[in-house]
Amino acid sequence: MSHKAPVTPATPYTFPTSRAAQITFALLAVYVVYAVTQLDVSLERVQQGLAHSSRFLGRMIPPNFARAELLWKGLAESLQIAVLASALGIVLALPFGLLGARNLMPPWVSWPARLIVVLARSFHPVVVAILFVKAVGFGALAGILALTVASIGFIGKLFTEAIEEVSIKQVEAVRATGAPFMSVLAFGVLPQVFSRFIGFATYQLDSNLRNSTMVGIVGAGGIGGTLFAAFQRFDYDFVSAILLSIIALIMAGEVLATAVRRVFIDNATLRQLFRRGSPSHDRPLDDD
Amino acid sequence: MSEALIIRRLSKAYVPGKPVLHDIDVAIAAEGITAIIGPSGTGKSTLIRCINRLVEPTAGEILFDGLDLARLSGVALRHARRQIGMVFQEYNLVERLTVMENLLCGRLGYVSPGRAWRRKFPSADIERAQSLLDTVGLAGFANRRADALSGGQRQRVGIARAVMQQPRLMLADEPTSSLDPKTSVEIMELLAGVARSHRIPVLINMHDVALARRFADRILGMAGGRIVFDDAPAALSDTMLKQIYGGEDWLH
Amino acid sequence: MASAAPQLPADARGWQRFTPAQRIGRFAIYLLLVAGIVASLRTIEVIPEFLADAPEQVVDLLTRMWPIAWNYYPRGVHAALLETIHIASLGTLLALLLATPVGILAAHRLVPLWPVNWLARLILVASRSVNSLVWALIFVGIFGPGPLAGTLAIAFRSIGFVGKLVGEALDETHAGPIEALRAAGAPWVSVLGFGYWPQVRPAFWSIALFRFDINVRESAVLGLVGAGGIGMALDAALNLFQWDRVALILVAMFVVVVAAEVGVTQVRKRLL
Repeated sequence: MSHKAPVTPATPYTFPTSRAAQITFALLAVYVVYAVTQLDVSLERVQQGLAHSSRFLGRMIPPNFARAELLWKGLAESLQIAVLASALGIVLALPFGLLGARNLMPPWVSWPARLIVVLARSFHPVVVAILFVKAVGFGALAGILALTVASIGFIGKLFTEAIEEVSIKQVEAVRATGAPFMSVLAFGVLPQVFSRFIGFATYQLDSNLRNSTMVGIVGAGGIGGTLFAAFQRFDYDFVSAILLSIIALIMAGEVLATAVRRVFIDNATLRQLFRRGSPSHDRPLDDD
Repeated sequence: MSEALIIRRLSKAYVPGKPVLHDIDVAIAAEGITAIIGPSGTGKSTLIRCINRLVEPTAGEILFDGLDLARLSGVALRHARRQIGMVFQEYNLVERLTVMENLLCGRLGYVSPGRAWRRKFPSADIERAQSLLDTVGLAGFANRRADALSGGQRQRVGIARAVMQQPRLMLADEPTSSLDPKTSVEIMELLAGVARSHRIPVLINMHDVALARRFADRILGMAGGRIVFDDAPAALSDTMLKQIYGGEDWLH
Repeated sequence: MASAAPQLPADARGWQRFTPAQRIGRFAIYLLLVAGIVASLRTIEVIPEFLADAPEQVVDLLTRMWPIAWNYYPRGVHAALLETIHIASLGTLLALLLATPVGILAAHRLVPLWPVNWLARLILVASRSVNSLVWALIFVGIFGPGPLAGTLAIAFRSIGFVGKLVGEALDETHAGPIEALRAAGAPWVSVLGFGYWPQVRPAFWSIALFRFDINVRESAVLGLVGAGGIGMALDAALNLFQWDRVALILVAMFVVVVAAEVGVTQVRKRLL
């Protein structure tokens, strides 16, 4: 007598999604439809826009670098704003970040410090720039101050998180040797957070560079003002020149940031920097 | 023989009303290895950590070098701590620092924060660190990062760090519990060597009775937060062990 | 202990924290950074009169902002706030849709064609480098003022962000399941769906939530250049120097941003 294995009919395989996920997707779909109607988006408008965009793009190409001096001046100012805001921001963020660490500081110290950092993060740099323009007038100073506040908000928060995640055992061992508090920080806490700190400090430099090209739109200095003016005059070919320069500037900034990370985190030598290698580890989530 | 450490009526309760240590009274001689054995949770680790105040005692006195360690704070406490070297179960090296920097941590109690930050330690310290590395069998490891070492190597660095303090007393909280048997013996031999060559008392908290018997000059058995045995290893009978640990299956 | 100034043996071994080559590298970077800061300080234009005026201006600002114009909320702010949230949500969703193919094309492991990878990465870099406010300017120029421009601006700005992080997540997937699927002869789409997607999925949603959080903040200011949302109310109030309304709008922005962060944290806890 032969036994044959039972043959199961072929079942179509479906992506197993949980009930919760299905409901979520359905809700999302409903929301999308609702929101689109709220935004007053008609097919006609979109079509008009698309036709417009080809004309728009046509006027942007070729990019016009005729007013190179104006362009250069704006870019240089944006660079200055980014550098100074990052320097000042890092210097100020470190104490705030340290004071906000609940595993090192008592609550009556950590909560006010954390509150200050949260407030610094809550407002978009452009909004903060508007307020500073009112307070200290048009120009680069308002931009520097606005981006410093943004830097404190970002670096302060990440620094506090990094400190709260240190292995307290390592700190305990250093404390057991009779080291004074500052030495415990320097040898027990800082080595554990240093590479992360370099990661988000370079990231903030990059972010400030991006933002510095924009605060000029509200009068806080830099290439943003030039860009806005070009838009309003419909000088779209100058606009594209400015945009290309901004992209180039930011890419240069990223190269510098990578170099700083490789030297301080991976202990690269100068020669190793010029050789192409894998990027270093310990980068925070990118971009803002 | 003079006493290096005198503990009187030491108590510790993490939760009020439920003491982990009950009125501990013990005196540690100025030389030799003392092993503390006993079941988990019986307060061995708490006792060790009360001595250098990593845990705050609830009551009692800890007399060391003429001072009551339980009462010290601030600078005085730090000065006392730098005289006491500690070795940890999980090594507790600063992983991102090199072996040499971890060793130099032992001198942080003696060097100002500014110079420590800039890594400007006295050259005598550096030289001593290099010879210590030779002694513990890690010559040439000075610039390796601590997290690149094996468990046994890390514990050697841990011991070297403690010895760098030039301490008058060494504490070890389960120094071999995370290591394999062969490495455990090597580490214990290292600790015994340190005790002999530097002529300081070493107080070790451990759960491996065989190792305790082999290396200790004196054994303290703890059960239920009290010391129930205090004698030479030879006097440690099986009956006594049963009393300390309860049950006898694990003996055979 | 030791006598003063102990004599070191002739073959004393010193210790350097960094090799000379490493120190040159570190010095070079320090030099660059310090030179940059000094150069910036020297050439930045600060008008001293404005600076001296600052405390007075701040006091003036604060007095004009108080009392906050709460009654303006239903008329001028509420609808705009909702519009801001729609812009942020739709923009993020659109970005997810657009970024996924670009991110896949940029990942060499999935699409082993270098020119395509380079082009896709260029798109991602360009998207990130152009600020959302600038994207808004562009789209207002094309589609006219309003939330459509804002949504597209948010979407196009987020493509680079999402694409880059998804690319990194793809790079970090384990090769094992992928190899197994390829060995079994699975077509490319199946390898993507069954090999990469399950590994990348939690990171994908985490990135999406993170970007949504940022986008709420970004959407709020796009109106300053006419791209819809609460920014337009802010622009109007600023132009008319109605600082009490400005204060109300700032409070509203703060509340929305905090609410979005709380919401995102809750969703994260439940789903991830």
